[in-house]
Amino acid sequence: MLSADERREIEAEIPRYPQRQAACIDALKIVQRRRGWISDESLRDIAELLGMTLDELDAVATFYNLIYRHPVGRHVILLCNSVSCWIVGYSRLREHLRRRLGIDFGETTPDRRFTLLPIVCLGACDHAPVLMIDQDLHRDLDPAGLERVLESYR
Amino acid sequence: MHPDQRPLTRDLRPDGEALSLPGYERAGGYQGIRQALRLAPQEIIQLVTRSGLRGRGGAGFPTGQKWSFVPLGPAAPRPKYLAANADEMEPGTFKDRLLLEATPHQLLEGMMIAARAIEAEIAYVFLRGEYVLAAQRIQRALAEAYAAGYLGGHSFGADFSLQIYLHTSAGRYMCGEETGLLNALEGKRANPRAKPPYPQTSGLFGKPTIVQNVETLCCLPHIVNHGAEWFRSLGLAADAGTKLYGASGKVKRPGLWELPMGTPLGVLLEEHAGGMRDGLKLRGLLPGGASTDFLTPRHLDVPMDFTNVEKAGSRLGTGTMIILDDRTCPVGMVWNLEDFFAQESCGWCTPCWSGLRWAERILAAFERGQGAESDLEKLDWIVKFCAPGNTFCALAPGAVEPLSSALRYFHDDFLAHIRERRCPYRGGSNGNAGGES
Repeated sequence: MLSADERREIEAEIPRYPQRQAACIDALKIVQRRRGWISDESLRDIAELLGMTLDELDAVATFYNLIYRHPVGRHVILLCNSVSCWIVGYSRLREHLRRRLGIDFGETTPDRRFTLLPIVCLGACDHAPVLMIDQDLHRDLDPAGLERVLESYR
Repeated sequence: MHPDQRPLTRDLRPDGEALSLPGYERAGGYQGIRQALRLAPQEIIQLVTRSGLRGRGGAGFPTGQKWSFVPLGPAAPRPKYLAANADEMEPGTFKDRLLLEATPHQLLEGMMIAARAIEAEIAYVFLRGEYVLAAQRIQRALAEAYAAGYLGGHSFGADFSLQIYLHTSAGRYMCGEETGLLNALEGKRANPRAKPPYPQTSGLFGKPTIVQNVETLCCLPHIVNHGAEWFRSLGLAADAGTKLYGASGKVKRPGLWELPMGTPLGVLLEEHAGGMRDGLKLRGLLPGGASTDFLTPRHLDVPMDFTNVEKAGSRLGTGTMIILDDRTCPVGMVWNLEDFFAQESCGWCTPCWSGLRWAERILAAFERGQGAESDLEKLDWIVKFCAPGNTFCALAPGAVEPLSSALRYFHDDFLAHIRERRCPYRGGSNGNAGGES
């Protein structure tokens, strides 16, 4: 069941569009912000609230890189694997994360501290290589810098 | 350089904070919309047409001409919509981020002017979800603009009524495609739409709609303030205005610069990006993001504008260059690009979902040392298969631009991968095969 808060926040988005369905991305993000991911149950509740079929909403939810249909760890690392970062050292960061955390793309550490996902160009190419952790962008990274960054997410 | 020669970035705060509404107005902000409200919509469209402004999202379509297809007057369908395309996801592109984060009011004023020109009542800023700081700053700017009465109705003492909403997306390259963006805003998968009907007559929720890039919109206040002739005079070669140029890759000073449209490629590379890092040579570059054809060192005199880059066999695109050095594998680079496009394809039409993944797998085989001469023919064939006219939208045609030009310019590298049965850039002290530095 959606919480009263979730429902209220979603309802507040609806008047910005002429059709309820248009608020579905906002709704998915509102629920995911609180629960970390979108379960089948959340999907059903949102679809019902917005007058969509389950399949319509799942087609949208699975289309987007930032909507998670599987549980994730407490912090999500989005490592840019696009071309500018690739040229200047993306694979060193990926290798460091693999060694340090024991996870590759799509995996979560056993203590559920981190999930590692690839992300397309983050639009900070003059400071490549870059990654995001949760809502924060980290730029100009090398393995030592990345190590310091990881320490600040417990 | 005279400050009015870099209108978009002239008033940026040195501390990187966003200009507040009072700060923006002290620098002359919101004069353009006041001026525009004294003009008829048709007059604004004519002014923008005369200015020579072309879309900065990559396609370079003339902005005034684009608007001219929107039905005007009391008989036009209502409401009409405007969407600012702030879904900056073209790999290697980081120009709109600066405008969004540093001068959100400049974008809002540009949106007001565009909305006035097409008589739109409702506008959205369609922002990619990863631009968290930009979202905060646009939200604050919107709150300031509503509080000042500049949005919401009867604004500026005139018959001007506009609502602007911020829509933050959830990450998919296809959302930046004009009709994909419309579907995304309607809460559907961001598949492209067949054209016609064009968005100008039947767009968002079936109503007349203009989708316009952030940088394009930011030019509008200045065109209204200083005139079409002034804007044309800023360009050094065939096209008008200034351009936010950028460079990434192994140059000494990667960065972003507002410069006259038509600044020569070599000047950008040497004077602004500082040239190549020590010990590296320029091998080639993508002039405007991932979906543009490679240019090579013999193109350094090319003026970086829409007209001249096209003459040189590529596209200006977003104007943010991705630099390939002589120690980085061109085949590996194109593999990375095609992997991106294959992943981001919406799957709607066959050349794209099938062809791009096929190309990616062939390029992966080259990097593993398993490429064959016959694969080169297959890649050529995929390039033809994905040509404009064979697909619903521009994703696949754009995706094969770097591939087709790489096959042409770096043919010897493809052959070396076949001959040596490995990536020649792999291993060794300075090679850069899989993105290692």
